[in-house]
Amino acid sequence: MVDRAAEGSAGAPFEMEIERGKVYEFASAIKADHPAYFAASPVAPPTFLTTTFFWEDRVPGANPWAAVKMDQRRGMHAEQEYEFFGPPPRAGTKLTCRSTITRIFDKSGKRGGQMTFVVMETEFVDAEGKLVARAKMTGVETAPAPEGE
Amino acid sequence: MKPWGEWRVGDALETNHLGEVTRTDVVRYQGASGDMNPIHHDEPFARAAGYEAPLVVGMFQAGALCAWAAGIFGPERTRRARIRWQARVWPGDRLVFTGKVTARHEDAGESRVEVELACHKDDGELCVTAWMTFAGPPA
Repeated sequence: MVDRAAEGSAGAPFEMEIERGKVYEFASAIKADHPAYFAASPVAPPTFLTTTFFWEDRVPGANPWAAVKMDQRRGMHAEQEYEFFGPPPRAGTKLTCRSTITRIFDKSGKRGGQMTFVVMETEFVDAEGKLVARAKMTGVETAPAPEGE
Repeated sequence: MKPWGEWRVGDALETNHLGEVTRTDVVRYQGASGDMNPIHHDEPFARAAGYEAPLVVGMFQAGALCAWAAGIFGPERTRRARIRWQARVWPGDRLVFTGKVTARHEDAGESRVEVELACHKDDGELCVTAWMTFAGPPA
């Protein structure tokens, strides 16, 4: 069950470096074949920043999603957005990242059940302090089944 | 590649038949992305959670769809990708990517092309909708 007190929770900042081999590996895994992803200084594919998984888990308190306490049996990834304030980052770029639970809200589902949406935003800032990208993840928890539980 | 200035509202992207998604594709994507949720590769775990099989990671088909479109316009031109999942994908499903240009405008001194993308299964079920923005030199 989503804990509404998590709204506004901010994680500790964590570092992430865009690495050449990691971009090759990720681009291959999503069957992308554009040469820009396999260049000497490859550009990150549109959804590459999802690889924060490897970096935030090393920093205690970096991931505020834990505070949401979403029931994983009823939770899913509803929407994801990446916004870039210039070209997407290239290999060699060092980013400082910070995630915040920005919004928790309810909506009625098509079949009448209540759904709880949780939005987490992550900002990616480069070594010069410039905002490079913003990721916005929307998770949804559906109402418990009428029977059981 | 079509020159940047020649894209018009209503233009369709050439359809991409990604083909069958295999369990190996899922394992490879999980290793590459760092999302190791067992529901996507551990059969007993997925069955215990009520699924008939491990389901494909939504970010796999979404990432493939967006990188395909970015490859058409130029990956460095990507400014935005918004993804909405519509249906689950299972290993063995065959995926088809389509897209069309929905708008052209100027923003922050750049020309922008807006694109709407869709990932369907080959039986017609819609799995992912995505909206992307690409930026180029002023018109």
